[in-house]
Order: sequence, then structure tokens, then C-alpha cells
Amino acid sequence: MYPAAFEYHAPTSVRDALGLLGRLGDDAKLLAGGHSLIPMMKLRLAQPKHVIDLRKVPGLTGIKEDGGTIVIGGMTTHWQMESSPVLKSKCPILAETAAMIGDPAVRNLGTIGGSLAHADPAADQPATVLALGVEFVCEGPKGRRTVKVDDWFKGLMSTAVGEDEILVEMRVPAWPAGSGGAYLKFPHPASRFAVVGVAAMVTLDKEGKCTKASVGITGAGTKAIRAKGVEAGLVGKKLDVATIEAAAQKAAEGVDVQADLQGSVEYKSHLCRVFAKRAITEAVKRAGGK
Amino acid sequence: MAPATAERLFGKSIKRREDPRFITGRGSYVDDLKIPGMTYAAFVRSPHAHARIRRIDTAAAKAHPGVVAVFTGSDMKGVNSLPCGWDLRKAKNVPGVVQDLAMVPHMPLTSDVARHVGDPVAVVIADSQEAATDAAEKVRVDWEPLPSVTATEKASASGAATIHADAPGNVAFKWALGDAAATDAAFKNAAVTVKKRIVNQRLVANAMEPRACVARFDPATGELTLWVTSQNPHVHRLLMCAFVLGIPEHKVRVIAPDVGGGFGSKIFLYNEEVVCSWASRQLQRPIRWTASRREAYQTDAHGRDHVTEGELALSRDGKILGLRVKTVANLGAYLSTFAPAVPTFLYGTLLNGVYTIGAIHVEVTGVFTNTTAVDAYRGAGRPEACYVVERMVDAGARALNMDVADLRRKNFIPKFAGAFQTLVAVTYDSGNYAAALDKLLQIFDYKKFRTEQAEARKQGKLLGVGFSTYIEACSIAPSKVVGALGAGAGLYESGKVRVHPTGMVTVYTGSHSHGQGHETTFAQLVADNLGIPMEQIEIVHGDTGAIPFGMGTYGSRSASVGGTAIQMSLDKIKEKGKRIAAHLLEASPKDMEYANGQFQVKGVPSKAVPFGAVALTAYIPHNYPEGLEPGLEETSFYDPSNFCFPFGAHACVVEVDADTGKVKLLRYVAVDDVGNVINPMIVDGMVHGGIAQGVGQALWEGAVYDGESGQLMTGSMMDYAMPKADMLPNYETDRTVTPTPVNPLGVKGAGETGTIAATPAVVNAVVDALAPFGVDHIETMPLTAERVWKTIQAAKARR
Repeated sequence: MYPAAFEYHAPTSVRDALGLLGRLGDDAKLLAGGHSLIPMMKLRLAQPKHVIDLRKVPGLTGIKEDGGTIVIGGMTTHWQMESSPVLKSKCPILAETAAMIGDPAVRNLGTIGGSLAHADPAADQPATVLALGVEFVCEGPKGRRTVKVDDWFKGLMSTAVGEDEILVEMRVPAWPAGSGGAYLKFPHPASRFAVVGVAAMVTLDKEGKCTKASVGITGAGTKAIRAKGVEAGLVGKKLDVATIEAAAQKAAEGVDVQADLQGSVEYKSHLCRVFAKRAITEAVKRAGGK
Repeated sequence: MAPATAERLFGKSIKRREDPRFITGRGSYVDDLKIPGMTYAAFVRSPHAHARIRRIDTAAAKAHPGVVAVFTGSDMKGVNSLPCGWDLRKAKNVPGVVQDLAMVPHMPLTSDVARHVGDPVAVVIADSQEAATDAAEKVRVDWEPLPSVTATEKASASGAATIHADAPGNVAFKWALGDAAATDAAFKNAAVTVKKRIVNQRLVANAMEPRACVARFDPATGELTLWVTSQNPHVHRLLMCAFVLGIPEHKVRVIAPDVGGGFGSKIFLYNEEVVCSWASRQLQRPIRWTASRREAYQTDAHGRDHVTEGELALSRDGKILGLRVKTVANLGAYLSTFAPAVPTFLYGTLLNGVYTIGAIHVEVTGVFTNTTAVDAYRGAGRPEACYVVERMVDAGARALNMDVADLRRKNFIPKFAGAFQTLVAVTYDSGNYAAALDKLLQIFDYKKFRTEQAEARKQGKLLGVGFSTYIEACSIAPSKVVGALGAGAGLYESGKVRVHPTGMVTVYTGSHSHGQGHETTFAQLVADNLGIPMEQIEIVHGDTGAIPFGMGTYGSRSASVGGTAIQMSLDKIKEKGKRIAAHLLEASPKDMEYANGQFQVKGVPSKAVPFGAVALTAYIPHNYPEGLEPGLEETSFYDPSNFCFPFGAHACVVEVDADTGKVKLLRYVAVDDVGNVINPMIVDGMVHGGIAQGVGQALWEGAVYDGESGQLMTGSMMDYAMPKADMLPNYETDRTVTPTPVNPLGVKGAGETGTIAATPAVVNAVVDALAPFGVDHIETMPLTAERVWKTIQAAKARR
């Protein structure tokens, strides 16, 4: 399979990259890890006349702590996140989610920024970043702006990043002591994408009562969402088996479940509930509960 | 047979000689070829499942830079249809057989109607792959979309779109075998009958290497060389020359170099190599085509796709009184090369299984649909038969509340050495079915498992075990027999052994190795026979320019049929060698024997001539027997007298996640009897790969067409779930050995047993896991998580 002919650009600064993006507009696509874009180009589902490769732009990779916030460069690879000592100790759910993406070859090249800007409805990180409540930093010709994750996923493979912007950074807030999180998914047997993936973050107080809960669901719908109905069933309560079970029943609410070869609407909705229960249960364990 | 040497190689796990080049990237595959002046082909294919071609405008494509030519079907004058090599209408004198076949045309580039997504209608030839691909997008086809039908059971429904004018109701054939009256009587009188609908889903072969060809016409010599990913280069040559292009067979050389897997999908003569061969002669340039994986999914022959109604009649105490089978088999849009044989003579004839059955009758209707053509895929008809038998036997046991292993054992055909005449035409060669099950149960502690299962059930864990006591027919086939059934070919094999003056040996085999390891196993056979090291033996395969006519590799026939042809030539070599040695020793040829690499007077090793000295003498015949021709090479063609019938017993343990329906394989035990074994490691490898494919069918694989649009929904490995290493447990394998009397090697054949046995073993295990809910059957494969989950929900609702 051969892509349609294209011009290749490898800018060496954000400014140059933005300049190219501005000049070439609709005819250009940014290239990060390439494991979503290049297969689409080979199938000719995408035929950009220009490809702007970000891999030579310095300053876009890295995982740093900025006070309590963890700052991750947009071009940081899934492998870098999977193996990061900072993430493993301060935000393990991000490292674990990264480790579940694709396979090692994909993880060596695929990037967090590329993944979140592309927003495949079955990608894994969208659920986790929704649960964490991250912020994105986009840089454009007019400078930088911050977008909250709740405003990020607009529709099917459509996000808040502007046509003339680059997603340069993701900022992960610190969660209080007594927090725990888990991301679990039902993998597609062929592609290993999430048929349903649920990320749950909970904070428990000293009596074991839930003071904060955030649940992200990916895979079943056209975009990842926060399962607000589930969260409402957790906050303020002691998270025993019955409470988690009851809260998880709301998992499919707000998800525009798409039927396909992997499941009917009925089955995928059921999986949302099953995995919400499993993810919350595991999150509670890690938060020091039960 | 084979003389005693220092170390007998037959039966040894010699490491494969072909592997070093494969695993270091030094194999020579068709796509690796670089020929000066090479051009590249890109095919224009139908995006519609069914559409009339009103007009094809190639002007823009022809004008694209780098394009050498653009051809459509109407350009290919004098070119005939791709042939179907099995004409059921010629099946004579087989009791109970009803023969019929709509022999519809299959043009290399269709020009009237496209009949499936991917059906090629034009080819662009350019000086680079990119130019060809870009120009192909500029070919303008004026399509008139037509209604399509893809579902097997809807093909003959009234109102379904007609795909071929010569096949009303889309019926390709109706076929039957067995004794209908006796079967009806058995069912009338039976205490218990069980009826099940069984869907054996369509599969994509997924050879690791996609199909490819390079066609080079040399105007200086008028010779065409075709490199192609073929399992049988002579068959490719014969079909293409004599039936399609009408060019002289002796002016065509077909070479199948290293080929990366086939599983049947590379047996057939396909559109692309025919078009490239024809076009190369027109343009007098070499032309190369390699399938993309997407094209492979749309055009490589698919496998299976049966919908069956199975019925079993039993006595109250568990004797199988009758089996009645009605199958609709989807052939796809055209008749592929072997296609009519697969759901008929390779299917119905295995329905006796390993059991004594009172009466059997099978009816098969072959139908056309707007899908990729269906033909042989690892097992080719026998997995479908084994699946029906093993599922029905399992369901029968459950209906009688009888243990699934006990019911099987109760009905086993008793051990036999010579012949067992089945009710469905074939005669089994040798069998000891109870011994295989015994061995399986030595490895797999069945009683212990049932105890563990009971404990697990108390905790809500769904464990299950499934058995598959299978038999299959391979080593195809006796030519006269298959000819009488409609085959347009013989199914013998060729083997030429050429001894060189220095005592080195080259063996030319009509078999082809595309994963089987013949370069190793055949060398083991020759080394044993001649008492010379394997390093002195070369195995040549895959070149019609070098090898006598052979039928190729499929149907697990190479060791048994190909190996025996080589054995026959080795015997002739030794006979001639004895005459030469006798002359040199002034002895009588009758007093000579061959042992330890030398021709010697019987029992007198000191009176001997070594093999190398005899070889040299044959080519420098100064001191030589009167009237004996010089040289030392022999050719043999072996036509087997019967099929061979490997058999065995497999057990599979699964755990079903009750919340999601997902099936996990916990344990897989396989006991196989493939007769004598040349290389145990290679046979184990065959079993491993076969089990992976059989499990793949049971749990994950499936080619799916959209009912409305006829689009192939599972167009690549993103949607078509292939088994991967982390989805499979380590297998436990063992063997019993019941040599076949059919060939002097005693080898039955091993390539397809795993695929045939595994599918029902897995499905039986899942049914067993769900038995507490009252489940005794799941109609359709693959057993996706959703399908299993829905089965559980439905069963719960029934209670």
C-alpha cells in the first residue's frame, strides 16, 4: 500500500512548525509518532499534501514535576510514560494505561500528544486523562492557551486543538493523599483497542468515605466521556461492594454506544458497567480501602 | 526398507536446514526479485459487491506519467476463463451420489459484471509501484450497482440477486452421499434424536506472505518465466497454458521460490498471475505484482462457510444409530480451482468419524454469493466434517445424560490393521482410536478435572473441558478414484533422484515446501536410504524447468505421496547400483545388498563397493556391465492406492468469564496418530500451528460481509482477529503410532490434524463450561465474548 505523494517537512522549532501549519493550512497534517497517521496514509484514507514532522522540534518531550503538577511534553512516547519513575510513583495510572497501548513497537513511537489530538474513540489514554482531570496546553501563532480535559473531546476524532495549533503539553494535577486509580479495558481481540475501557480515580478519607471520584469511559462511544452518573453514586459514600455495584449501573449513561462487529449496544453497555465496577474496585484497593 | 546406518535419521528431530536463511532474512521470495526493465502492476477492483460495468475509461490512467499500459477484460482477446478443476458432473458410479454443477465462467478480468468486492476489472502497468497505484485511481469505471447477496442461507431465497445466468437460484450444485432410506429408518426407530444447527464460519487463510507474481516474457526465446507464490507450480503451468492462455506448455517455466505459507490459498490459479503473464507477452516487459494485505483479504480464496442441519439418532444406551446432515456451502462468486470437491468428496466422506454408525446420509447444496471465492483451506472439508460429527456426538451425550468421553469410546470402531469400509465411500487404512483416547487420558486426568470443575462451579467459576476424537483423510489421492469423482487431474507425485559422479545427490520433488520443511525431511529419508550424510543431499522443489510433473503440496500429501515417489526412485537407484557393484566384484546382482553406505555381498561387508565408487563408475563406465546404460538417476511417479487417515484425541480446558463471556484457554492436550514420523520436531510444529488455526476459528476468526452492502467488514487484521501467542497456552502433545499399510514409509500425513481437531475441542469445552445453565449447544462460531454472554443470558432467561 502506497501513500499518495506528499511533501515532507521537518521543522526544528515550534515557531517554524507553527509557521508551516499556518501557511499550509488544510493541506498539512502534523506527524508525531505516526502510528495513526501513516497507516491511514497508506490506505489513502488520509492524503495530506504536506506532512509536518514534529520529531525534530526540541523541548516537546519529557516528564517533569512542577510543584505538585506533572508536566508531560506532547511528543513524549507511550514507552517513556510506561517506564517513567516519576509516573510510576506519582501517577501510576498514567504509566499503566500507557503500557496497555498497542504493542511495544507502537509504544516506542506513539506519543501522548498525538494520541490525544487524534482522539480515536477506542484509544486508552482519553479515559485516564478524563479521570485525572488534566489540562492541555496548546500553542498557536497567538501564543499558548490552556484547555481543560472536560472541554477537550468534542466529537468523533475531533478535539479542541485549533487548526493552527500544536498540543505541546499535558499537565496532570496532583491528587490528594488517599487516592488511587486504575484503568481496565476489554480489548478488541484483533486490534487490542478498547472495546470498552474505564479509568477510575477515587480519593478516600480516613474513615474510608469517598471524597472525590472521577470516572472516564472510552471505546464504546464516538468519544471518551466522564461518567458523571457513576461518580455521583460514589462521592460521599463508603465504597463497599453494593455501593460500587449500584454506581456502576450508570456507566453507559451519556455514552453514545456504537454497535459493531465486537458488540451490540446492549452488550457494550453491559461491558461499561462491568468494567466500571472492576476499575472502581481496583482503584479503591489502591487508595487503601477494603 | 532403509538400511542400518551409524545413526538412523528417520524419526529424528533434525533442525531444519531451511531455517537459517529464513530467520536471517535471506530467503528469496517472489517480491524480492529484481529484474532489469521490471514494470509494476496495480489492479483496479470493484468497490461494489455486485455491479454491472457500463464503461471503463482508461484515458486518464494511460496518460499518467510512468504508465506503460492499461488493460481491461475486453483487451484480452482469445483468453479463456480460469478453469475449475473438479467437475462434479463427471462423478460416475458412486452409490447415492447426485451429480450436478453449474460450470460458470471466471474471466481473469471481468468485463460484464463485477461479482464481489475486490473483483478485478482492469490492470495498470507502470515503471514504478507508486505510478501504477496512482494511475489505477484514475481509471474511471461507470458502475451500475446491483442488489447483492452474501449470506449463505439467503443465496437461494426467492428474490435474491442472480449472480450467474447459468445458475438459477444461485445454486452451483446439489450433491448427496449415503443411504437415505436406511438413515430415515434409523431415525424412525431411534429412542433419542438430536437436531442442531451448526454454522462453520468463513475464514481468511492469512498466509504470512501475501500472494505475488513476476511474469517475464523473453522475446528472444519466446519463453515465459512466471515466478509465483504457488503450492504447485506444474499445476499453475498446465492450467494457465492449456486452459486459459493457449500458449505452449513447454515454453513456460513456473517457479515457486521461497513461499511464506499457503494453507491451501496458494494452490489455485488466480486472476493476477494470468493477467501479468498475458500482459508480459503483450508488452515484452517483466511485470511484477504483490498483493497488499487488503487485496489478499478480498481475493485469496476463503475457507469453510457452511450452514448445516445435523441430526443424530441414538439408542437409549448410547449407540449411534444414524447421522443425517444437510449442508449449504457457500462457494463465493466464482468456482475456484478445487472448490466443488471441498464441501462434497472431502467433506461427506468423513462423516463416519471414528465411530460405528448405523446409517449415514448427507446432502450438500453449493451456492454462489457476491463474496470472495471459497476453496480449500487447511483441512479443506475435513474440519467441517469433524466439527459436525464431534458437536453432534457431544450433543448426543448430553441428551442421554451420558459422559462425553464414555459415549465416544462406546462407539469407537475397534482397532484394525488392514481396512475399514465406511458408510460414506472411503475405506480407512489403519486405526486404533481407543488407544489414542487412552493415551490422552493418561496425560489429562479427567476424573481430577471433573472434581476441580465441581469445586470451581461452587465458586461461580465456569470451567469446561472439551474432547475431539477426530479422523481425517489426507495423502491425497488415488488418481482413478478422484477421476471417477470428477477431478480433472491425477493426484500422484513425482520424485527424481540424481546421483552425481562424485556421489552427491540432488532430489527433484514435485512437492513444494512453503513451511513444511521438505528440504530437511526428504533429506533425512535419502540420507537413511543411501547411508550418506545429509550435507551431500540437495532437495530441489518449485521449478517446472527442473522437476518432472508434480501435483504439489496440500492435503498433507508430501511425506506420504511425495516421499514415497522419492523412495521408489531410491529403490531403483539401489537396484542399479547393485548391478554395477556386482560387476566390479565379479558377483551376482542377486547376491548383493545395500548396507552402511556400500553395496556388499550379502553378509560379507568386506566384499563391498562404496556408494561413491559406484556413482563414479556409473558416469565413467569403463569397467561396466554389458547392456547396462551409464548414469545413475531415476524418476518415479507414485500414485497412491488409497488416502491415509490420521486420527487422534484432543482435550481442551477453558474458563469462561461469566460477566463478559470471554473465553480463556487454560490447557490444551493433543494426542495424534500420523503413522510413522520422519521428523518429530516438524510434526510437533505442524500440530502447534494447526491447533492455533483451529482455536482461532473457534474463538476469534471470521470473515464477515455486511448483509446490505456486501462489503467485507473484516478487511484486515484490525478487524479480523488472528490468534496471537499470548492468547494460547503451551500445548501438551504426544503420539500413538499406527503405521499406514498404504505406502512403504508407513506415513499418514500430519499437516492438517491440529486444525481439524482443535475447533470442536474448544467449542465442546465452552459448551461444557456453560452446561450448568442448561446450555448444550452454541450454533455459530467464533465464540466471541458477546456470543457466549448472550448464550448465558438466554439460558438464564429460560430457567
